[in-house]
Amino acid sequence: MSDVRLEGVTKTFKETVAVDDISLLVEEGEFFSLLGPSGCGKTTTLRMIGGFEAPTSGRITLGDRDVTTLPAYKRNVNTVFQSYALFPHLDVTENVAYGLKRKKVAKKDIDSRVQDMLTLVDLEGYGRRRIDQLSGGQQQRVALARALVNRPGVLLLDEPLGALDLKLRKQMQLELKRIQSEVGITFIYVTHDQEEAMTMSDRIAVMSDGRFEQIGAPHDVYEGPQTEFVASFLGASNLLEGEIEGVEGDRAKVRLAVGTTISLPAERLPRREGAVRIGVRPEKLHIRTPDSSDREEPNAVDATVDISTYTGVSTAYECITGDGRKIVVYVQNLGRPEAAMAPGTRVRLSWLPEHTFAVEKGKRPDVEQGGQGA
Amino acid sequence: MERPLQRSDPGLIEPRDKPGEDDRGRKGFVPFFLTFPGSLWLIIFFLIPMATMMSLSLQEGTIETGYRLTGHWQTYVEALGKYDTQLIRSLIYGLVVTVATLAISYPMAYWIALYGGRRKNLFLLLILLPFFTPFIIRTLSWKFILADNGIVLGNLKEWGLLTEGYQVLATQSAVLAGLIYNFLPFMALPLYVALERLDPSMLDAAKDLYSNKRQTFLRVTLPLSLPGVFAGSLLTFIPSVGDFLNSELLGSVNTTMIGQVIQREFLVNSDYPEGAALSFLLMFGVLALVFLYTRAIGNTEELTGG
Ligand SMILES: Nc1ncnc2c1ncn2[C@@H]1O[C@H](COP(=O)(O)OP(=O)(O)OP(=O)(O)O)[C@@H](O)[C@H]1O
Ligand SMILES: [Mg+2]
Repeated sequence: MSDVRLEGVTKTFKETVAVDDISLLVEEGEFFSLLGPSGCGKTTTLRMIGGFEAPTSGRITLGDRDVTTLPAYKRNVNTVFQSYALFPHLDVTENVAYGLKRKKVAKKDIDSRVQDMLTLVDLEGYGRRRIDQLSGGQQQRVALARALVNRPGVLLLDEPLGALDLKLRKQMQLELKRIQSEVGITFIYVTHDQEEAMTMSDRIAVMSDGRFEQIGAPHDVYEGPQTEFVASFLGASNLLEGEIEGVEGDRAKVRLAVGTTISLPAERLPRREGAVRIGVRPEKLHIRTPDSSDREEPNAVDATVDISTYTGVSTAYECITGDGRKIVVYVQNLGRPEAAMAPGTRVRLSWLPEHTFAVEKGKRPDVEQGGQGA
Repeated sequence: MERPLQRSDPGLIEPRDKPGEDDRGRKGFVPFFLTFPGSLWLIIFFLIPMATMMSLSLQEGTIETGYRLTGHWQTYVEALGKYDTQLIRSLIYGLVVTVATLAISYPMAYWIALYGGRRKNLFLLLILLPFFTPFIIRTLSWKFILADNGIVLGNLKEWGLLTEGYQVLATQSAVLAGLIYNFLPFMALPLYVALERLDPSMLDAAKDLYSNKRQTFLRVTLPLSLPGVFAGSLLTFIPSVGDFLNSELLGSVNTTMIGQVIQREFLVNSDYPEGAALSFLLMFGVLALVFLYTRAIGNTEELTGG
């Protein structure tokens, strides 16, 4: 009964459209992430689900209850705020017990539930500490405990790890995952860190400019981005101009501007004919000199190595195609120095049709306004 | 914030001890150096006058024969016996003024801090506006405005809305109104500062944790603004208890405050020892109430935790 449904939800502040006609169904028990750059409307979306902001139009339902206009304190939803928002005049126990006291839970139940929760977030013995006597990571866990102790149907988390250093963040990501599977509550998780979203989520909604660009499991979104924005926001992508030549069964042929024709699964095409952008991830590319005996994949273009950057685990080659396009290739470091390519080397870049995706030839991701709907 | 590392922490003793040795001299000197101007100020303008007054209060004599330090502490008892009414009245007026300014300026400060938007500074300026004219002028103008046949009462009486004998001036209400009016900004500003510093996400968090508006206010907003309430109360209470101008200009013999008495002892009767003794009695009275108040606020902070 704790699925979350948004239908045509829009939020405008004066002339700013923060959230633009989004629809979404988050299923019970799901770990769902809202991923997008700063200012794309993630917090606003979350605040509308939490009840801190009323939608300008549209409908929000929790389970089968329409909560569009229900105030926050009447919703079965709790929030872990971006800045934690712990009460500085209360100690850890009092912070965690705050919600239960307002709900008039019996005193002895409060005590045991607070203790259990502090154990769950690994903070036993910290109950009498004041908030300013805790480290950032501990505060984060108090905020989590304070929300979870109320056993909400849905937990909203607004960049809960944003203030932590990298190491602690990795550790807390695992912690959060563990806690979520232990309590089985629906998590809606806001982040602008794509790696975080990918490692933690069951599904991700990629947001840009108040709209959803794409919703799907991390693997699907990464391997088959549907828009140029998703392709470049989630990991790195090489994009090449092309023209659709035709579709045969489940295979489509696209003629690239560099001159070669490549193929890809037909269902990846955003349209049946005309101009598209063809994409392939840097780690999916094979690089070889034209005369080498290395295997070559069916899709290929010729290029010249421009810059090579050694990063330890891999080497990144920036190559330039005949029509002046840049293509980045990651080559895993397999300990073969003779395989290194010097700048200026003529190379052939090839990849599998299944590793090819296509997006609408549209606006560049760094363009601010607009964005293509999901 | 993490507890700073301390010398007693295991593992720190060895490496820290040696360089600490020659640090110590400098460490001792720097705080002294930094607080030196302040300390000098306090010594010249606070401790010395206090000591002088203390000595004065224990002297005997008259302005003609001169005063000699005799340790005559009975002056205190006599002064208290003579002016206990005025002393108690002043403390009560101070309490009334503090409560009234708090009641008036809390909603005002709350509204400006939370809903003032871009005009916050304008609203603050409006609160401070009366301060741009001197205290005495402001109070004097009230005397004219409230005069028995002045612009307000005169007209109202002419229109038959008030009886001929009705007066505002020279009543307790006039004095209290004057005090409240004059000390309002001392309460409003610290309250505003405290409420302005309140993180709006605290209020969201309270709402998120099932508090309606009233509970949010009582459990979160109010406790977090207590430092402002405390500062504002002291800034209002202490000077209003010692005030003499409002009662002098707007009151009567029935509203005489201790400040007026002290002023008269010094400037009219030239009874310096009694004036000095009264000043100390006033100070002790204020200190006692402030002490009780500090304790009470401390307790409230604990109570609102539950
Ligand atoms: N209360 C408000 N008044 C006016 N504009 C607002 C308000 N809240 C948000 N906005 C605007 O709405 C847009 C979306 O803001 P939102 O806070 O949802 O972004 P976000 O995705 O959470 O960004 P970040 O990653 O920086 O937290 C922004 O352009 C922002 O300026
Ligand atoms: Mg945000």
